[in-house]
Amino acid sequence: MGYMLEIKNLHASVDGKAILKGIDLTIGPGEVHAIMGPNGSGKSTLAYVLTGREGYEVTEGQVLYQGRDLLAMSPEERAGEGVFLAFQYPVEIPGVPNTTFLKEALNAQRKHRGETPLDAMEFIKLIRRTIKDLGISDELLKRPVNVGFSGGEKKRNEILQMAILKPTLAVLDETDSGLDIDALKTVADGVNALRTPERSILVITHYQRLLDYIVPDRVHVLAQGRIARSGGKELALELERTGYAAFADAAA
Amino acid sequence: MPDSAPVQSFVEQFDALRGELPGAALPWLCDLRAAGIERFASLGLPAPGVEAWKYTRLRPLETTDFLPATAHTVNIDHLPTLLPQGGIDHRVIFVNGRLMQCLAMPGERPEGVELGGLADALRRDPEAVGEHLGRIGAPDGQALLALNTAMMRDGLMLRVKRGVSVALPIEVVYVGAAGPQPLAFHPRNLIVLEPGSRATVVEHHIGLGAGAYFANSGTEIRIGEGAELHHYKIQDEGAEAVHVATQHVHLEANALYDAFTLTTGARLSRHEVSVRLTGPGAECHLNGAYMVRGKQHCDTTTTIEHMAPRTSCREIFKGVIDEQARAVFQGRIVIHRGAQQSNGHQLSKALLLSNRAEIDTKPELEIYADDVKCSHGATVGDLDRDALFYLRARGIPEAAARAILIEAFLADTINEVAAEGLCPALMASIGHWVSSATRRAAS
Ligand SMILES: Nc1ncnc2c1ncn2[C@@H]1O[C@H](COP(=O)(O)OP(=O)(O)O)[C@@H](O)[C@H]1O
Ligand SMILES: [Mg+2]
Repeated sequence: MGYMLEIKNLHASVDGKAILKGIDLTIGPGEVHAIMGPNGSGKSTLAYVLTGREGYEVTEGQVLYQGRDLLAMSPEERAGEGVFLAFQYPVEIPGVPNTTFLKEALNAQRKHRGETPLDAMEFIKLIRRTIKDLGISDELLKRPVNVGFSGGEKKRNEILQMAILKPTLAVLDETDSGLDIDALKTVADGVNALRTPERSILVITHYQRLLDYIVPDRVHVLAQGRIARSGGKELALELERTGYAAFADAAA
Repeated sequence: MPDSAPVQSFVEQFDALRGELPGAALPWLCDLRAAGIERFASLGLPAPGVEAWKYTRLRPLETTDFLPATAHTVNIDHLPTLLPQGGIDHRVIFVNGRLMQCLAMPGERPEGVELGGLADALRRDPEAVGEHLGRIGAPDGQALLALNTAMMRDGLMLRVKRGVSVALPIEVVYVGAAGPQPLAFHPRNLIVLEPGSRATVVEHHIGLGAGAYFANSGTEIRIGEGAELHHYKIQDEGAEAVHVATQHVHLEANALYDAFTLTTGARLSRHEVSVRLTGPGAECHLNGAYMVRGKQHCDTTTTIEHMAPRTSCREIFKGVIDEQARAVFQGRIVIHRGAQQSNGHQLSKALLLSNRAEIDTKPELEIYADDVKCSHGATVGDLDRDALFYLRARGIPEAAARAILIEAFLADTINEVAAEGLCPALMASIGHWVSSATRRAAS
C-alpha cells in the first residue's frame, strides 16, 4: 500500500502573507505523527490547508491523499473521503442541536461513500454506545453545537465527532490544550481506539504531555513555516527540556 | 391635495359600490365609510415623503388599476391546512375578501363564541358590531386603513364571551384568487375577547393563480381584562400580490396578546401593527420571521404603546433576504408617562444572503417614564463563514450547510410560538423556503 499522506514542498499564504514555506512530510498508513512547534509557526495553517478552508491559499507544492490530489477536493469531499480535523477552536453553531449536526454529518459522509443513511434508531444506538465508551454526558448532545460548552467540553465534542465519523486520516489541532488530566485521557483513549493499520493520525501539539498517552511513530518540529527537524518519540522529550528557542533562533 | 389617478379610481369605485356594500342601510356604517373615503382621498396613497413610508413605495398601486373583486369560489378541498389535526379545527375561509365557508366543530364550539363573517354579523346583529367596528385604535394617518374602512365587505368576526376559553385553534384561510385583471379586496376583521376569555387564531394567507391582486386588510382586536389571544399569521400570498395588513390591538389590564407572523409571500407586503397596552400588567409578544427573495419587498412596521404601569412587550423579528429582495423593519416602542415599571425588549436580526439584498431598520424608543427597562438591538449579517466551514469540514455539502444555518437562524423565533401544534408546520414552511433557495443558488 502507498502513502496515506504526502506533502511536497507546500507553500501557503494567508492574506498575501506567506506562512508555510516549503513543507515536506510523508505519513504511511497506520502511523501516528506529531507536529510540535512554537505559537505562530503555522501548525493550524497546515491543518486548514489540509481541510480546504477558504482564505488559505496554496502558492506552491502538492498534497496527495491516498495518492490523489487532496487540494483539488472541496472541504466536504475531503471529509467524505475520510479526512477529519479536530479544530483548535471548535465553532459554536447556535440553533443546531449537537445530535442533529452529528447525524447530518455522518449521513452526508455515508451518502458520499454510496452507503445507506442510518435511520434515527440506528443512529441513537451508535451515539449512545460511543458516548458511553468516551465517558461523555448525553447532556452535551442536546445542546446546540459547542454553544455554552466549556473549553474541555468542546474538545471532547471534537473527539466524539471523530469517534462517530471514523476518519481514515485524523488531524488533531491542539486538542490537548487547556485540558485537565481526565479530559486528556478521554482524548487519548478516543484517538487510540481509532489506531488501526489502515488509519493515520497527525497530532498537532504544543506540549509533550499528550504524547505520553498517544505515542507517536514520528515527531516533527514546525518552525517558521518549515519542518525544522524530525525524529522519533524521544524528540518530544528533548523539546520538553530545551523548549523551542533554538528553532526560533536558527530560523530567524 | 394629492390628485393622483389611482386615488381617484378607488374613490370612483367607492361611489359606484356604496349602495350595495354590506350594511348600506345602517346610518352609522354609512358615516364610517364616508369618513373613510374622505380621509383616504385627502391623505392619498402613502408616498416616500411620509415618514412612516420612508422605505416602502407602493409602486404597483400607482401604476396598476385594481378593480373591485367580485364573488368568486374555489375548490376548498385542495386548500392547505397548517394545523396538525387537519380538518378537525374551526376553519373559516375567505376568497377575495368574502366569506366562503365557516366550518366550526359543532361539538367543540363552546357556548359564548361567535365565529363567522363580518357581513353576516352586520345582518344579524349590527349593534354588536357597531360597538367595536372602527373604534379600536387611532388610525389617523393610515390611508390604506381608511380605504379599507370605506370599501370593507367581509372578514373574520370573532367574539368570545367573558371567561370562555376556545380550546381548538381557529384557522382562517384568506385566499387571493388572481383573475385575468388585477383585483382589489379589503377584508376587515374584528376580534373581541371579553374579560377572562381565551382564543387562538391562525391566519393563513395564500394566493391562487399567477396574476396581481391587492389584499388590503384591516384588523381590530380588543382583548379584555385578563383575556389571552394567540394570533399567528402565515403570509404566503401569490408572487405578484400586494399585501397590506393594518392592525390595531387594544389590551386591558393583565391581558396577553401573543403574535407571530411568518412572511414568505407577496411581491410587496406591509405588515403594520399598533398595540396599545392600556391596563396595568398587560403583556404583548410581537414576533415574526420573514424570508424574501427575487424582487420581493417586505415591510414590518410596529408600534407598541405602554400606557399603564407594569406593562411589558417583547418583540423579535428575524429575516432572511436573498437575491435582490428588500426588507424594512420599523419598530417603535413608546412608554408613556405613568407607565412605570414597564419593560420593553426589541430585537431585529437580518441575514443577507446576497450582496444585492437590502434591509432598512429603524428602531425607535420613546420613553417618558423613569422607572422602566427598555432595550433594543438590530443586527445585519451574512452567514457565519466559520460555521459554514465547520459543517463542510464534517462532510456536509455547501448547499445543505447553508440550509442548516439559515434554518437555525430562524428556528429560535419559532420557539417563541406558544401553540406547539403549529410549530412543525412553521418549521416545514421555513425548510421548504430554504431548500428552494439553495436549489436556486445551485442552479
Ligand atoms: N486568518 C488569518 N489571518 C491573518 N493571519 C493569520 C491567519 N491565520 C493565521 N495567521 C498568521 O499565520 C501565522 C501562523 O498561524 P497559525 O497557523 O495559527 O500558527 P500556530 O497554529 O502554529 O500557532 C501567524 O503569524 C498568524 O498570525
Ligand atoms: Mg494553532
